[in-house]
Amino acid sequence: MNLADMTALELGAAIKKGEISAVEAAKFSLGQIDKYNSRFSCFVTVQDDVLQRAEEVQQKITSGEYTSPLAGVPMGIKDNMCQKGIQTSCGSRMLGNFKPTYSATAVEEIMKAGAVPLGKLNMDEFAMGSTSETSYFGATKNPWNVNCVPGGSSGGSAAAVAAGECFYALGSDTGGSIRQPASFCGVTGIKPTYGSVSRFGLVAYASSLDQIGPLARNAADCAAVLGEIMKQDKKDNTSVATKGVALDAVLHTDVKGMKIGIPTDFFGEGLDKEVAASIEAAAKQLESMGATVEKFDMPIVKYAIPAYYIIASAEASSNLSRYDGIKYGYRADDFEDLLDLYTKSRSEGFGMEVKRRIMLGCFVLSSGYYDAYYRKALQAKALIKGAFDKAFEKYDLILGPVAPTTALKIGENLSDPLKMYLGDML
Amino acid sequence: MVITDELVTYLEALGRIKLPEESRAKAQSDLQEILQYIDTLSELDTEGIEPMSHALPLTNVMRDDEVQPSIPTEDVLKNAPAQKDNYFLVPRSFE
Amino acid sequence: MAKTTSWEIVMGLEVHVELATKTKIFCSCTTEFGGAPNTHCCPVCTGMPGVLPSLNRQVVNYATRAGLALNCEITRYNKFDRKNYFYPDLPKAYQISQLYLPICRNGGVEIEAEGGGKKIIGIHEIHMEEDAGKLVHDPWTDSTMVDYNRCGVPLIEIVSEPDFRSANEVIRYLEKLKAILQFIGVSDCKMQEGSLRADINLSVRPVGSDKFGTRTEMKNMNSFKAIARAINGESKRQIEVLEEGGTVKQETRRWDDNKDASFAMRSKEDAQDYKYFPEPDLIPIEISEEVIEETRKNLPELPEAKRQRYVGELGLSEYDAAQITTSKYLVALFEENLAAGYPAKELANWIMGEVMRMLSDSGKEPEEMAFDYGYLGALIGMVQRSEITRNTAKKVFKAVFEEGCDPVKYVEEHNLKTVTDTGAVKAAIEEVVAANQKSVDEYKSGKEKALQYLIGQSMRALRGKADPQTVTAILKELLG
Repeated sequence: MNLADMTALELGAAIKKGEISAVEAAKFSLGQIDKYNSRFSCFVTVQDDVLQRAEEVQQKITSGEYTSPLAGVPMGIKDNMCQKGIQTSCGSRMLGNFKPTYSATAVEEIMKAGAVPLGKLNMDEFAMGSTSETSYFGATKNPWNVNCVPGGSSGGSAAAVAAGECFYALGSDTGGSIRQPASFCGVTGIKPTYGSVSRFGLVAYASSLDQIGPLARNAADCAAVLGEIMKQDKKDNTSVATKGVALDAVLHTDVKGMKIGIPTDFFGEGLDKEVAASIEAAAKQLESMGATVEKFDMPIVKYAIPAYYIIASAEASSNLSRYDGIKYGYRADDFEDLLDLYTKSRSEGFGMEVKRRIMLGCFVLSSGYYDAYYRKALQAKALIKGAFDKAFEKYDLILGPVAPTTALKIGENLSDPLKMYLGDML
Repeated sequence: MVITDELVTYLEALGRIKLPEESRAKAQSDLQEILQYIDTLSELDTEGIEPMSHALPLTNVMRDDEVQPSIPTEDVLKNAPAQKDNYFLVPRSFE
Repeated sequence: MAKTTSWEIVMGLEVHVELATKTKIFCSCTTEFGGAPNTHCCPVCTGMPGVLPSLNRQVVNYATRAGLALNCEITRYNKFDRKNYFYPDLPKAYQISQLYLPICRNGGVEIEAEGGGKKIIGIHEIHMEEDAGKLVHDPWTDSTMVDYNRCGVPLIEIVSEPDFRSANEVIRYLEKLKAILQFIGVSDCKMQEGSLRADINLSVRPVGSDKFGTRTEMKNMNSFKAIARAINGESKRQIEVLEEGGTVKQETRRWDDNKDASFAMRSKEDAQDYKYFPEPDLIPIEISEEVIEETRKNLPELPEAKRQRYVGELGLSEYDAAQITTSKYLVALFEENLAAGYPAKELANWIMGEVMRMLSDSGKEPEEMAFDYGYLGALIGMVQRSEITRNTAKKVFKAVFEEGCDPVKYVEEHNLKTVTDTGAVKAAIEEVVAANQKSVDEYKSGKEKALQYLIGQSMRALRGKADPQTVTAILKELLG
């Protein structure tokens, strides 16, 4: 049995059949981490109770308590999801010593399914970035080419799956933070519909856009993970009841009669020929399987990124205000008074990109500019949603590239924030 | 809209952060560039459009008024950088 | 140079009222007052990373009820907004409040106007929000200690129009507000526990001017008396500034009741920009016409209606009815004993007399009356049955009020029953007459005062337990 080639569902099935134990699977993954983590820097924290947990899970699989197809499968969690007693740093010095006393609902749900968490995965600081270079704990490398970035902000999650250090990972996506690193690392990721996975315990970046989702080797694995974490949660007033995920239906690949639309506006300037070609290839493949594919105009999408940046920065500037050096997190050593404590702790605790977005967020919300920027962005959001609603009346699916390029070289993006922002989301 | 040095200082004050002296100029020009970009929104005709803060078709999600146990005080203070007698401790904040 | 301008004070009030819910507005921690520091807390109300608010439906119910009782329009489509500022008592560094769509608007409360007549104080809006934590100064380290027990307790902020012209109007409005909110059960309105707090926006202008002067906002008054002193102090200060040719600065001032003066507070932040925006973690609240009507229907009888009923049906005086209906607790004392069959006027006399006097002497609020309300009726019953004298009853009531004693037992234990045995009374008076020949002579020579003295001596000899009228009659008879 070659574990390195197995998907999460395959491993889960093998554990269920008793062909391999959860403990053996966990040992394998710990070995992979030992081998690769110094090269790719995917994990920020490796838990010291992995084998203990694997043993406990194995017992519960044997006793019939855990029946999930993912029970016993080793996995990783992006470092912005709270896990009781485990350092949850968000890739920031600010939370470098923070150990929550509670767990995110998504983490609790996946634990109920018998997950064996290996540790916490690296990310852009507070999920702000698309290269995983802004982490206080150092940049994650793309396992396919260590001179390239893995994408971000869930870069650690994508790279860990690609490197075979874990079988699936939980990531989070605000403006492409699952989809883009999945694309850069050649794995599968999905941002579920907003509201379908509870955000409770996910350290907030932009509350109205953040969503937890899976990264794995294929769509079936992602569907299996979603099946476990898509639950309405009383602790998140923005969470909704969904029909859930029927794994059988996902694995059924018949697309006959499906109508697929491709917005022409996604194919403008700046899109790599290679990326464009692979979208065309995917479209052809779907067509050959019986779907109808057509292109259509959706000019409003060009306003999605500016609107996203305004909304996300605004919410982030407010969400990140709680990091003030009083209740938890980093506190500067020397300060003269309260104001000085705030300013020094935050200046030393946050990296440059976080500071930049806080300032942008403060700007778009400040009196005098609110209407021109924040309010305007919310109006644009209404128009964009309207355009998508209309498109979905006609199409079952909208197809497009996740990012304009393939994985960028390390350092290429960091010096040019605008370029980074444009790569954030299509 | 021009991002002046004063505006940078004002935004620093609003966000309770201070940029290192050596990166102020860069931050200023970055912000200027980003702002110029997000200004493309101004082309968009949004006359009469209701701003959308929530995309969800949801209203009235509320919980019942039933007490649940609080968490132990030691957990409340577990990550506190400074504490005394079960209080969080901060520099003098009274006038 | 003396100026002869006469000034008019213009005020508006922002009243924060803590709602009497069992749990906090966004988490299920208890709202119970007090408790050891940081014991009524959870990750949500202490603003830990990743947590989310979960709205308590009772807050919306109570706010709606308050709005209807204060004659407001109820907003059908509600949202919450974030008010962002840094301060140690605010763990998220933003307060969840309502700026754009407050739950109630355009209400009003009728008060007695200065110089007679009625006056409506407009209510601009009422919004729902969360309370902040408590800061305690630690003299040992010269630091501030933070307790988040109060953090997240639900508040409504009732914002009036600038309709007040005197401290009396302000107090009358607050009394009325307090009574209404207590009656409808949405708050206990205990000023001493901070569950009712009034901030006063005050400006002055020359009489006749229709422009508003620059206003200051005053905080930290924790009794009605302090509010009256603060208004007088601050208006005097502003008038002095203006009469000396200065200008009033728009600022927040903290009233120091011990020093009888207000002091400018250091601004919470240099750049006071709250950067309000819609709270993304909470979804909109829709209040249907049916819910509004249902709530309106279920409102209890409000103080104003009670007042009218007390005058019209029970024959109380306007003044007594108005006083009793200022407090839910006085009304309960009145109505509970009324229902037990005691006469309305007698009850009103007791409440307006002894109860009010004891409250005033002890510095207590009606909600602090700790005795069984039925004891007042029991006491009145004993007087009615001539078991005790009115004077004895007053003394017994002191014990009832102060110690919560059962008056019937108290009278028995202290042997206070009226001496009804006429023979015994007569014997006692005869002894007094015999021992005070001088006074007897004086009375016989026409000095009425001497009779009073003899009555006093007789009552004393009887330890107050005889009916004074009987004593007088017997004395007169003995003296011929």
